[in-house]
Amino acid sequence: MQSLNYADVTVGDSLPELPIDLTVSLIVAGAVASQDYTPVHHDKSAAQAAGMQDVFMNILTTNGLVSRFVTDWAGMDSRVTDVAIKLGTPNLPGDTMVLTGAVIEKNDQEGSVTVEVTGKNAWGNHVTGTVGLILPREAN
Amino acid sequence: MALAGKAREDFEKKLKPYVGIGIGVEDVGRNPVNQAMIRQWCEAMGDELGVYTDAAAAAVSTHEGIVAPPTMLQAWILGGVAMAGGEDDPRDKQKELHRLFDEHGFTGVVATNTEQKYLRYLRPGDEVRAATQIESISEQKATGLGVGYFINTRTLFYDQDDAEVGSLTFRVLKFETEDRPSASEGEGSSAIPGKPQRIKPVLGHDNEWWWQCVEKGELAIQKCSSCGVLRHPPRPMCGECQSTDWEFIFSTGRGTINSYVVIHYPEVPGYTYPLVVAVVDLEEGTRFVSNVVDVDPAEVEIGMSVQASIEHVDDEMKLPVFRRA
Repeated sequence: MQSLNYADVTVGDSLPELPIDLTVSLIVAGAVASQDYTPVHHDKSAAQAAGMQDVFMNILTTNGLVSRFVTDWAGMDSRVTDVAIKLGTPNLPGDTMVLTGAVIEKNDQEGSVTVEVTGKNAWGNHVTGTVGLILPREAN
Repeated sequence: MALAGKAREDFEKKLKPYVGIGIGVEDVGRNPVNQAMIRQWCEAMGDELGVYTDAAAAAVSTHEGIVAPPTMLQAWILGGVAMAGGEDDPRDKQKELHRLFDEHGFTGVVATNTEQKYLRYLRPGDEVRAATQIESISEQKATGLGVGYFINTRTLFYDQDDAEVGSLTFRVLKFETEDRPSASEGEGSSAIPGKPQRIKPVLGHDNEWWWQCVEKGELAIQKCSSCGVLRHPPRPMCGECQSTDWEFIFSTGRGTINSYVVIHYPEVPGYTYPLVVAVVDLEEGTRFVSNVVDVDPAEVEIGMSVQASIEHVDDEMKLPVFRRA
């Protein structure tokens, strides 16, 4: 699996788009894998009592998908240092979230890059934010 | 109604003692960082990065061995099945603060921002604990969801050697749900129906017949029975001769673009962007506004020949749309 070096990356580079099918299975599997059993993420009747039509994705799953999106591109020699996100429209079953991103900053001293990420579903932006990561100076 | 005057002052006085305090309970991971939970996470996320699950690949990476996905940080200390029910820990000051908001009508809660920092990646065998502090409570704010207060918490994560491994700041809005008492828990609690659909026309005495024609697959044009002038959209009186007698003809749907715009922003749910909206000169001699579809917006131009066809634009509505002829 290829892994990017710091020198391979230029400000303005786009990441390969990643569409995520939002299924009940994904939403529940993400909630369970993150040990988040808040009922609205696995129990449809609890979600409906909270004013939603169905179970909806928890924040940890959103974070996990955002980091996967970035490391799918950067490869396994990268090291994620921070994920800062703003949450918008909920991720509900039956919809698709499309993750897009671009490099907005490089820090030569740190060898770090900042990627701006947007995850959009049919209702608008589910998530917008930035991921910071350090890339190796040269091939490992 | 939002709290005001003395009631608001009294309430905000009760909030003050919570700012800057620890929540009183420490979250201790029930399991050390382990391969089984990492694998389950990666399967859920569809994350195939070798450094999480493939020991041989991980060994030759910069990480020099298996590491946990950094965004799992909080997963190591969350409560699991116990979160689905049961009583709140009475020592938990964060829960106590949320109850205080609930009691004053701010029953809605929605997470708006999180920021995580990772000082190092965790490895199998690491033991994680976390301490959370209520960092700040905002002034009362009017938001799209209702009047409320933003609460910022900050959680620091430590390993078995008491070294900090990362942090999480979390911002939630506690808001007044007013007549929406259902929006009481969970992030993103505003009532949202299924898939977004287009904005519906308002049907009335003067235009309902036109939409019924569309349902049957016909693009109708209203015609004055006295002077014969065509008009669209439907209305009760002829603008030329003031007659209220009218009939209608069916258009061939052939026309040319008289003018158009391409809408990029703001995006309204239910529509696909960029959205081409055109004023079309129909060959019968009146104008009609609708979308031009299946065309690169850059190729649309004034004078372009187009043909209407009536089709579903979403699950619920049919509309005449134009394509390049």
